[in-house]
This record gives sequence, structure tokens and C-alpha cells, in this order.
Amino acid sequence: MRLSRGGYLIREGFRSITTHSFMSFASVTIIMACLIIMGSVSLLSVNIDALIKDLENQNEIVAFVDDSISDEDEARALESAVAAVENVSSVEFVTRDEAMDNFMSNYDDELMEGIDETVFRHRFIIHLTDIALMAQTKANLEAVTGIAKVKAHIEYANTFVTIRNIVSIVSLVLIVMLVFVSVFIMSNTIKLATFGRREEIAIMKMVGANNGFIRLPFVVEGLVLGMLGGGLAFVAEWGIYELLTGKLMGTLTGSFITVVPFSSVALTVLAFYMGTGILVGVFGGVNAIRNYLKV
Amino acid sequence: MVRMTDVTKVYESSGTVALDGVDLSINEGEFVFLVGPSGSGKTTIMKLITGEIHASSGSITVNDFDMMRIKRRKLPKMRRTLGVIFQDYRLIENMSVYDNVAFAMRVVGASGKEISRRVPYVLELVGLEGREKRLPGELSGGEQQRVAIARALVNSPRMIVADEPTGNLDPVRSLELMLLFEKINEMGTTILVVTHEKELVNAFSKRVITIDGGHVISDGMDGYYSYEIE
Ligand SMILES: Nc1ncnc2c1ncn2[C@@H]1O[C@H](COP(=O)(O)OP(=O)(O)OP(=O)(O)O)[C@@H](O)[C@H]1O
Ligand SMILES: [Mg+2]
Repeated sequence: MRLSRGGYLIREGFRSITTHSFMSFASVTIIMACLIIMGSVSLLSVNIDALIKDLENQNEIVAFVDDSISDEDEARALESAVAAVENVSSVEFVTRDEAMDNFMSNYDDELMEGIDETVFRHRFIIHLTDIALMAQTKANLEAVTGIAKVKAHIEYANTFVTIRNIVSIVSLVLIVMLVFVSVFIMSNTIKLATFGRREEIAIMKMVGANNGFIRLPFVVEGLVLGMLGGGLAFVAEWGIYELLTGKLMGTLTGSFITVVPFSSVALTVLAFYMGTGILVGVFGGVNAIRNYLKV
Repeated sequence: MVRMTDVTKVYESSGTVALDGVDLSINEGEFVFLVGPSGSGKTTIMKLITGEIHASSGSITVNDFDMMRIKRRKLPKMRRTLGVIFQDYRLIENMSVYDNVAFAMRVVGASGKEISRRVPYVLELVGLEGREKRLPGELSGGEQQRVAIARALVNSPRMIVADEPTGNLDPVRSLELMLLFEKINEMGTTILVVTHEKELVNAFSKRVITIDGGHVISDGMDGYYSYEIE
């Protein structure tokens, strides 16, 4: 394609956006609205997921060192063997003194009168990568020589795993449904937006325009509108997110709930919005005029 | 150039037999009027020539293209050899007069330089100088018609087909338009004009083809409109 013609086609795409400004506005608004709804559901599920992960991490495994190893350095030396067990994400060594102090601080001094530190054992506080594999990991840890006993709340872990599975399935189903609904709404809006162009396209065909020539301005137009819709949806989503999480944090100060900061997902959200916006804009536009080209 | 041999057109939707065994031949450089009563099949012939519709049977050749066998993607190439003028102008409403004409050149891949040289020339030829920036809605019916003519002329087509181009013009404007067609014809372009206007046809001594009920009922060089309007 010649450059002068390329320039014309791009100009033509922009011209039709401004001359059909109401329909352009409608398309951008619908794309925006659909993206924001989809994005909000996704972000909610990301947050629930993060929250559950957070709670999971508080569910730690304690591996007690065998009584026969009373020397602190000897016990500490087991750390590398513990850390080497599959699915272990972090290991923290706690001496029997520390364990006792920790325990005592939680209870009445009087009650603990006369308790000797030897009652406590050296131990490792362990966090897992995937708590769904807790039972297996517990067995593997018990197999490490020098480890006497492992305490793990497997039933809690299973509950968390179930909740997380339900949340991800529900949000996946919701997002898939929203994608279908959005694509349907968006393609119909674009069809409506191009309906008035039928005549124009028929005229172009009559003077001998080939389909590519007619389609290209629509591609440019769809690209620009899609990017505009995606970009605006991103900015709006950001604002809504900050506003809502700000309110939430204000009322829940000091609670265990933390929200995922927008900055950590911003790039993904932007890429998804832009990508979807452009895809829907371009394919929607080209698809909408397909029937008009058959003259 | 048009060759139609035993052409039949049945509109499937209504079962109407619009054309029934039409034989018709228009040579390069001819000026032909196509006349006939309403519903006789004139527009159907025009649409068969432009490839907007397909004949049910027979054979049609337009500017060396076999219209019975032409591929859809070859149609643009065929249409570029034609200049089509519609009764209702069919201008693009939100494009200026200049752009309405220029885009027909862009369609065929003309350079910006060619366009800026040719468009003003054609607009002047049809008497639209000074109206370049206006939108179609800001023009009189006659002026809009001339934009449509300029658009049909701009690529120097081999043949111009016009379906009732004078339908919305007063007699003086109609006569002016025919004189313009005659001028274009003298430059070598084949002209086919559908019209209802007896006086107009009879004012020129051109070939007249009369059609009625989907049949050609007369074809003569006497320039006489033989069909009587009721
Ligand atoms: N798209 C169509 N579907 C079905 N029937 C049609 C269609 N177009 C035209 N016809 C029928 O075909 C016949 C010929 O129509 P055509 O438009 O060719 O007439 P015409 O000579 O151009 O008439 P007019 O002078 O009124 O424009 C008419 O009976 C008409 O009703
Ligand atoms: Mg007609």
C-alpha cells in the first residue's frame, strides 16, 4: 500500500470517529462499562485470593527437634535438611528458651511457676508453598532424622483449600459469563454504530472500492475507539479501586484484612483492558460491516 | 460496451420476471437512451451492468468482463471501468463536495498529486467551481446531481451509466445535463441514460432503446421516443 493512501486511510478513520461522534461515544462507553465490570470482578477475586493466602500463611507447621539433641547448635544444623524438604517455603529456628519465653508471655506467670525450659524442645516454624500438600509435607518432615514430631493443622488447611477452590471457580465462571455478555453487547453496539454507514459503503463499492480499502478506516476507527475505551476504563478502575479500598481500610483499621495495592496489578489491568478494547474494537468493527460489503 | 444475449432476470423474493429474453448491444463510444414505462425493467438492466445483481440466465459482457462468471473480488476492477449515476445522487453526506469526488480517485489508488490536479478540473467541467467545501446538504438538487456526475467522470471511465439522472431536475437543468453528457460522449466515453422524459429524448437524435414488460420493443437510431406515456 502506498504511503499517501495509508495516510488517507488513517485520516479517514479519525474523520469517521468525529463525524459519527455520538456512536463513537456510545461504543467507547459500552466498552468501558463492560471492561470495568469484568475488571472489578477480577480484582475482587484477586483480593479474596490474596486474603486467603495471607490466612494460609498464618497457618504454620511446627517441627520439634528430637529430645536427644539438646545442644542448640546441633539442633540448628538441622535447618538445611528441613529447608530441603519439598514444598517448604520458609524455615525459622526457635530455641527451647525462646519457645518458653514465648509461651510464658501468653500465660499467667504463677501458673508457670517451676516450669523448666527442658520441658520445651528446639523447634522449627515452617511455612509451606502449597498448603494443599500439607499432609504429604508433614510426613516428609517427620522422615528427616533429628525431627521427632510435626504438628500441623491439616483440617484447617483443607478448609482453606476448599474455600480457595470455590472462589476461583466462581470468579472464573463469572468472568467467562461477563466476557460473553460484554462481547455480545459490544458487538451489537458497534453494529448499531455502523448501521448508518451502510449507504456510504454501498456507494464506495459502486465506485469500485475493494473490501480492504473500505475496511481499513474501520480498523483504524476500531483501534482508536478500543484503545480509548480501554484507557478510560483503566483510569476509572484505578479511581474506583482506590476510593473503595481507601474506604474499606478506613473502617477496618487494625483488622487482619489487607488489600492488594493497585500499583501491583496496574500493568496487568492496563494490558488486559487495552488488549480487550482493541480486539473488540477492531473485530467488532470489521465484523459489523461484513454484510454491507456484499454488494 | 455492453452485450446482453437472451438475458432473463427473475427476482426470487417476489417471483417477478423483470427481464425476459433481452438482447441488447451497445458499442464503444455510443450514446444511448433507455426508455420504457415504470416497472418495465430499466433499473434491472442498470443493476445487471454494474454487477449489483446477477442475471438468472443468458450472457452479459460489460467492458470485456463476463458478468455471468465474474468473481466477487474482481467486481471492483470491473466497476472502475464504469461511471455510475443514480437517480438519488447517493453522495456521502458528511464529506465535502471535493472529497465526494476525490475519494473515487483514492479508491483506485490515485496519487495525491493526480487527485489535486484532476478534481478541480472535473468540478469545473460540471460547473461546481466555488462549491468545493460545501456539504451535499448545503447544495441544491441540481448541484448535488452534478457532484454525482463529477464523481462518475473523475476516473475517466469507459462508459457512463445513468439511471434517471434528470428525475429531480427542472427542464433547463435537464437539458444542460444532456448537453454535458453529449460533450463527454464526444470525448469518447460511452453513455447509457435511462429516462422518462420524452421531450428530452426527442430533443437529441440519438439511439433509443425502448423496453416494456421485460422485453425490448424497439431499438432505433431515429432518436424518437416511441413509447407513449399514459
Ligand atoms: N429487489 C426486487 N425484488 C423483487 N422485485 C423487484 C425488485 N426490484 C424490482 N423488482 C420488480 O421488477 C420489475 C422491474 O423493476 P425495475 O426496477 O427494473 O423497473 P424500472 O423500469 O426501473 O421502473 P421505474 O421506471 O419505476 O424505475 C418490477 O415489477 C419490480 O416490481
Ligand atoms: Mg428504475
